Amino acid sequence: MSAAIEVVNLRREFRVRSGLLAPQRHVIAVDDVTFSVPTGGVLGIVGESGCGKSTLARLILGLLAPTSGTALVEGKRLFALDRKERARLIQPVFQDPFASLNPRRKVRDIVALPLDAQGTFSAAEIERRVAQILERVGLSAEMGERMPAQLSGGQRQRAAIARALVLEPHIVICDEPTSALDVSVQAQILNLLADLRRDLGLTYIFISHNLAVVEHVASEVAVMYLGRIVERNETDALFREPRHPYTQALLASVLTPEPGRGVPDVGLGDVMPDPANIPPGCRFHPRCRIAIERCRVEPPLPMARGAEGMVECHLA
Amino acid sequence: MSALLDIEDLEVTFGRTAAVRGASLRVETGETHCLVGESGCGKSVTALAVMNLLARGGHRSAKRMSFAGTDLLSLPDRDMARIRGNRMSMIFQEPMTSLNPAFTVGSQMAEVLTRHKGASRAEALERAVELMGRVGITAPDMRLGQFPHQLSGGLRQRVMIAMALMCDPQLLVADEPTTALDVTVQAQILRLLASLKREFGLSILLITHDLGIVARVADRVSVMYAGEVVERAPTAQLFSAPQHPYTRGLLSCVPAPGKVRRDRPLGSIPGTVPMIPPGFAGCAFRSRCAHAIEICEHEIPRKSAGAAHDYLCRLMPRELEPQPA
Repeated sequence: MSAAIEVVNLRREFRVRSGLLAPQRHVIAVDDVTFSVPTGGVLGIVGESGCGKSTLARLILGLLAPTSGTALVEGKRLFALDRKERARLIQPVFQDPFASLNPRRKVRDIVALPLDAQGTFSAAEIERRVAQILERVGLSAEMGERMPAQLSGGQRQRAAIARALVLEPHIVICDEPTSALDVSVQAQILNLLADLRRDLGLTYIFISHNLAVVEHVASEVAVMYLGRIVERNETDALFREPRHPYTQALLASVLTPEPGRGVPDVGLGDVMPDPANIPPGCRFHPRCRIAIERCRVEPPLPMARGAEGMVECHLA
Repeated sequence: MSALLDIEDLEVTFGRTAAVRGASLRVETGETHCLVGESGCGKSVTALAVMNLLARGGHRSAKRMSFAGTDLLSLPDRDMARIRGNRMSMIFQEPMTSLNPAFTVGSQMAEVLTRHKGASRAEALERAVELMGRVGITAPDMRLGQFPHQLSGGLRQRVMIAMALMCDPQLLVADEPTTALDVTVQAQILRLLASLKREFGLSILLITHDLGIVARVADRVSVMYAGEVVERAPTAQLFSAPQHPYTRGLLSCVPAPGKVRRDRPLGSIPGTVPMIPPGFAGCAFRSRCAHAIEICEHEIPRKSAGAAHDYLCRLMPRELEPQPA
């Protein structure tokens, strides 16, 4: 299978000051990230808040410029494309359908906006495409006439998906698409996303902190920690045999609905990772149960795991 | 065991909207009781009605609402204010919005004790340091002088918990206490609550939408839907033999790790929680229920499904078996 998107050594730094006279600090939000997703695949990206997963999404969407690195979409250099071209290839679905839809426009107009912005579609064509995509995501024509405030959370997320798909992009970046929804509605939206991917041949990058959801939707999973991908593998292999101690801790902290098993001791300690103060050596070592002296001084290099997978740990 | 909190037929209305419609709930002494359901089903409103903290325009009534033998319905506001934060305290989902950003952690924590117990500020600060240590906050002396924005989300929630424990309460009401936190921190906070429950003899009413949390921490569960408690059961029983179609639907929506079939869709419940108009009769779930029949439009009796397990549904168990496709 050919790669729908290939990201090579992507890096983004921010300069921040914590006060007016405080020294400027470098925050490396995304550090040397490399991956590729085959056409029709779903790459799940997991990690705690502050690990850089949303910054990564914004880089790929062109909402932020990278400090260095490249991304290729179907062989084209993503960061050299203009906005209209990029919009035809990649579209986002964000977490909060209450914040991501303009509250003063009808749903139909919100969904039509990406077509309008291209400037090449006739009014009749826009109307036809909007009607088609609304029906495809399970919204009636009558819903299209409503304002976002008149829709439920699930319906709004359907509208956001319709807007993302109306230009027939090849890649959809889903950033926590179901985190703001109830479980029953979450299941509806996940099923819809799965149907759309199969029927339209889409490729997803699916960012979530919910590992159970990622296990259900992703074909491959990348685990991020303080800006780096520390482990990547085919989904079943990663969940069956996590190599990185951080991946193991993340999986252990998932509370499956099994009564009587109690809440596990994840063993990560109380030190929270700070992207402005990345530890030397392996960046995970202050929270790692099995860290040895070498982990404190020498950053681990990515090691191949199986055909596609990799892990960054001296002890894996 | 005796009921620490005993609520029978609670009704909460905001104007013509009924948020809670005849909910009954018992929290036994020393148990963790989970109140589970989707947003808008009345979980938080139930808790706020107990604390007498309903938003303006909210009106509560009930057949009975007693806390450790005290009738809360007839209790004057002044006396309720003495119980709240003292014998019964509450923690919320978003610790950033429930802590005052303009005051240090220490002064907010100390106020609880000086207000309720008439303690001196020095005594109160000493107690604050002790409790911060107990909830796993490192360097508590330093934290006293910090402001909420200087703490991480997990630390803020620990501060909230320590603050709620200042007066040694009997009941802790926790409304989605880990929803805003990372899974790794969530596990730490839930472990902390479990150990505090043992150590302080706390009873906990935990409100959550997360069935994983329910399974792991609850002794007993009440499932809410559209303002009613539609099923009550001991935790193991609820997961092994759910009776109400809504409970069954909720359980089928949760992806089960390790048993994932990516080629199969997740179970889901069609539609969303409906608005319940005044004068509504019958089962509120019937518009989304695959098994609904005509009798569901009539009043629903509470049926027993074993010891301490009951539910609100007219249908016979065999009528609820999955239909062959």
